[in-house]
Amino acid sequence: MSVLAVIRPDDWNFPLLVHVFGAMVLIGGLVTALAFQLIGWRPQEPAAAASLARWSFWSLLFVAFPAWWVMRIGAQWIYSKENWDSVSEEPTWLGIGWITSEGGGVFLLVGIILAGVGARRLGRGGGGSSTLVRISAILVTIALVAYVITTWAMSGKPA
Amino acid sequence: MDLTDWLIALHVLAAFSLVAALVLFSVVIAIGWGRDRPSEILSLFRVSRVGDVLFAVGAIGTILFGVWLAIQMDEYGIFDGWVIAALVLWALLMETGRREGKLYGRSRDRARELAGAGDVSDGGLLELQRSQPALLFHVASCVLALLLILDMIWKPGA
Repeated sequence: MSVLAVIRPDDWNFPLLVHVFGAMVLIGGLVTALAFQLIGWRPQEPAAAASLARWSFWSLLFVAFPAWWVMRIGAQWIYSKENWDSVSEEPTWLGIGWITSEGGGVFLLVGIILAGVGARRLGRGGGGSSTLVRISAILVTIALVAYVITTWAMSGKPA
Repeated sequence: MDLTDWLIALHVLAAFSLVAALVLFSVVIAIGWGRDRPSEILSLFRVSRVGDVLFAVGAIGTILFGVWLAIQMDEYGIFDGWVIAALVLWALLMETGRREGKLYGRSRDRARELAGAGDVSDGGLLELQRSQPALLFHVASCVLALLLILDMIWKPGA
């Protein structure tokens, strides 16, 4: 596989850059949101809890979500450049990539909605909304772990 | 997976960690730009500690596994132009990151002092949060990271 990487044609480079850059920023956005959510997990004064929840929502909405699209568009572009659509049996690492990009996208979307509603409720001083932010944190953690495993699979290309 | 595949995977994961740290710092800088309440600034610096760990892991991982790869793989050598360019870019990134951290550290220290004295802001804290040199070093770090990614993908001269 390493030899294949060495002989990659030049016109694959830009789609690969789009895919890799999107994935890097996606993971950065997820880590940032999760850091805000985990710090806000413990009991806080209401204003601090609302701020942390809002910042985690912003990180998901304005960083991770656009980056997911960049990663996904780049993935489709490089997939088409490498002519994987004409291969009858795709390699394992590619299958892992499909499953986690789509599945992780759903977790991300639900995580954004819950973080947004939770942050809004906390901002209004409503009770119980921290549960929504905590569920969002769990979903973001699952997506993050999936994307880290995918990064390992896509770069190491097992089997 | 053989040793080379593992080295590539670990090198790439380290690069992801480094860029994730820069993304986190960018978000923290953007959120903290107009804020001067010491306790809020301290909350942001607690988050930035996660970025410090990611940056350290990424910095050590990229150089360690990158050099190991250059030695391990027959196709590449440590004295290839694009590898030397990567080493120079990495060293510059470490320096801009160190200077950026030092400047924002002043803001953190001031926020700690003010938080312990009634959590009342002063103009100095806002000025430190909006430090132009710190922001410039951060932008330079991001540009250097992007150049590193371009160098790794295109491998000019390889």
